[in-house]
Amino acid sequence: MEKETCTFSYCQKPEVVEIETDLLLIGGGMACCGAAFEAVRWANPKGLRVTMVDKAATDRSGAVAMGLSAINTYCGENDPVDYVKYVRNDLMGIIREDLVYDLGRHVDDSVHLFEEWGLPIWKKADDGFSLDGFQARDAGKAMLKDGGVPVRSGKWQIMINGESYKVIVAEAAKKALEINRQVTGVAQNHFERVFIVKLYHDANDPKRVAAAAGFSVRENKVYIFKAKAMINAAGGAVNVFRPRSVREGQGRAWYPVWNSGSGYALGMQAGAELTMMENRFVPARFKDGYGPVGAWFLFFKAKATNSLGEDYCVTHMDATKALYSPYAEKLGTAIRNHMMMLDMKAGKGPILMNTHTAMQELAKTMDAKRIKHLEAEAWEDFLDMCIGQAGLWASKNIEPDKEPSEIMPTEPYLLGSHAGCAGFWCSGPGDIPGTPDHYSWGYNRMSTVPGLFMAGDVCGASGHKFSSGSHAEGRIAAKAAVAFILDHADYKPTIKQTADEIAAELYMPYEIYEKYKTFSTDPAINPHYIRPHMLQARLQKIADEYFGGVSTWYMTSKTMLEEGLKQLELLKEDAAKSAAANLHELMRAWENFHRILSVEAHARHILFREETRYPGYYYRGDFLSINDKDWKCFVNSKYDAEKNTWELKKVPYVQMFAD
Amino acid sequence: MPSYVITEKCDGCKAQDKTACQYICPNDLMVLNRDLMKAFNQEPDQCWECYNCVKICPQQAIEVRGYQDFNPLGGNVIPMRGTDSIMWTVKFRNGSIKRFKFPIRTTPEGSIDPYKGKPEPDFSKIKKPGYFNYEARTK
Repeated sequence: MEKETCTFSYCQKPEVVEIETDLLLIGGGMACCGAAFEAVRWANPKGLRVTMVDKAATDRSGAVAMGLSAINTYCGENDPVDYVKYVRNDLMGIIREDLVYDLGRHVDDSVHLFEEWGLPIWKKADDGFSLDGFQARDAGKAMLKDGGVPVRSGKWQIMINGESYKVIVAEAAKKALEINRQVTGVAQNHFERVFIVKLYHDANDPKRVAAAAGFSVRENKVYIFKAKAMINAAGGAVNVFRPRSVREGQGRAWYPVWNSGSGYALGMQAGAELTMMENRFVPARFKDGYGPVGAWFLFFKAKATNSLGEDYCVTHMDATKALYSPYAEKLGTAIRNHMMMLDMKAGKGPILMNTHTAMQELAKTMDAKRIKHLEAEAWEDFLDMCIGQAGLWASKNIEPDKEPSEIMPTEPYLLGSHAGCAGFWCSGPGDIPGTPDHYSWGYNRMSTVPGLFMAGDVCGASGHKFSSGSHAEGRIAAKAAVAFILDHADYKPTIKQTADEIAAELYMPYEIYEKYKTFSTDPAINPHYIRPHMLQARLQKIADEYFGGVSTWYMTSKTMLEEGLKQLELLKEDAAKSAAANLHELMRAWENFHRILSVEAHARHILFREETRYPGYYYRGDFLSINDKDWKCFVNSKYDAEKNTWELKKVPYVQMFAD
Repeated sequence: MPSYVITEKCDGCKAQDKTACQYICPNDLMVLNRDLMKAFNQEPDQCWECYNCVKICPQQAIEVRGYQDFNPLGGNVIPMRGTDSIMWTVKFRNGSIKRFKFPIRTTPEGSIDPYKGKPEPDFSKIKKPGYFNYEARTK
């Protein structure tokens, strides 16, 4: 196919704004909000500039935009070593224990800050029942940092009134950035609605990252941020597999629909080494609405059964042990999915969350007022973080205390902060006893690309951070990034690309659209280009059918992966012919390019790892069991964006904390 | 469940340079039709149903209609977000209604002073565990 060029012969040439900063934060979610808070405190005495760039409005950006009903990582009375064991168990034995332990020993301070800033946290009443954030305050209950007792829904989870969780965390971050802006005298250091497309290497040091470029989705402006260090926390990848609801319902993704794989693609194009990209998360959630089940299982003690009332985790245990011992017995999330699906495939569905029996059981110990409070707690779980599920119950006249609700495994998601661990290979802190040499290279959470730090969804092999852990990790990365900047005080970032070259690259889909749009009578159907909506549909179809999506019950194999990768390569070529009719669609075009790269990494890792490490999330039909002898190791990869080539390798896993 | 804008109620946020819903939508979905001065959701299949446009709309002109892939008609969930709490009205298809009120914040909006009462950073510890204000736990 003929290669397109962008000379601004057809589309409007944007103004190019060049910003020089010291530390650039890419993203505005929990991780970058944490990074802003920590970085500014270290940066101000040294006169360093901290800049945040967010593709949305920081008050409501990232995975916590809707709110949350719980904070899933708060160690409190528990030992962080036990946190490592829990994460290791749920992620089938292979994690970076240094990173997870490091997170566990820091995370509580972020939770304490949230409470100080105004996040209402449930507390245990003297009679053992729960008090919401206002009741706890009015009853004079102590703050967590002063020994207040949270309401635990699980060993690591605490309940909150979290509708405004992100607004509160963003307020602190924005205030911190403003203090830095005043100290350093820059005109602006917080950019909203600017979408970062690509990172650029330093002209004099081709390994090091020196700049990030993006564009405004509001006006014709391209931004080039030159920085001495960057934190990439641009999130995981959603709607990369064909979702179960394929029309407007595809918006109801379990993870935020705006997480477009940018976090992965930015680092990959800069040459950062990936780890565990074969990992994915397939949450079992309330069917269609994808409402959370954690509080139902852990807090309300509801049981999930097949439609015959059987507990699939009991009836299928022996058969599951035969394939997946010793992991089966530990009943991690993947294994529970596996056993649920055995029943679904046997026609024993629908699988039911027995909300009604759980509520009736709890109500036995309560008076009328408490029962009403319990009902409100159940609804708040959805209204805080998955309002659509409440709407679905209302639409179907479902009252959870009267009848059960169906649960089901969703389409696959790529992420590293929730119950998944796909991301980049990052340096750990190095001080934890037993840390092997290959886990640490000087700056905590720095990737294999000097100057490029990772946090949240994209710091790999260390899942189960959740919201608080992502904030905590952003802070860890920020402090290390400031140390890196101070150690390289004479460094001045320069790139070899000119501003015009970058603008032309970023605006290519706009140019292509304007060039060809009148060729046909309907710009939706045109042989010269592909619009983002259809590019995403093809990506989802390839991923679903070849890489183990819902249509094959998550089954794939060497032959299927190889065929899918061939088709993905054609799609990647077609992405160079993406067309965008406006700035919004220009963002979609680049988001979907980021999705393609994320999925390619995922497929190549699954192909390399010749076992089924995550039964219940995906299966290699040609290697159906777990093979600890050959594969209890990390799989790492590196993508060369210029040559379009991949290198994959095994990296030793080290158990640092005894069972 | 895509958000939709009620024609009668939307005033296009009058003379503002952008509407409140445009400002807040995490997925850049809300746009203003300048001829009609009414906002609309330009990409309903990319709507996460986060309700941020619904909560922020000064005219209460935005509601949500369940994704028709799986939602029967007739249910509705409407928030009323104040400065310290939020009220929810859940209307069922069969007409029954539930109302809930939850806390959202224990401090006044805009009151956060991020470093008040916090120590200065100790640069001798910048490469050690811990934050500027916190020693990492050892157990």
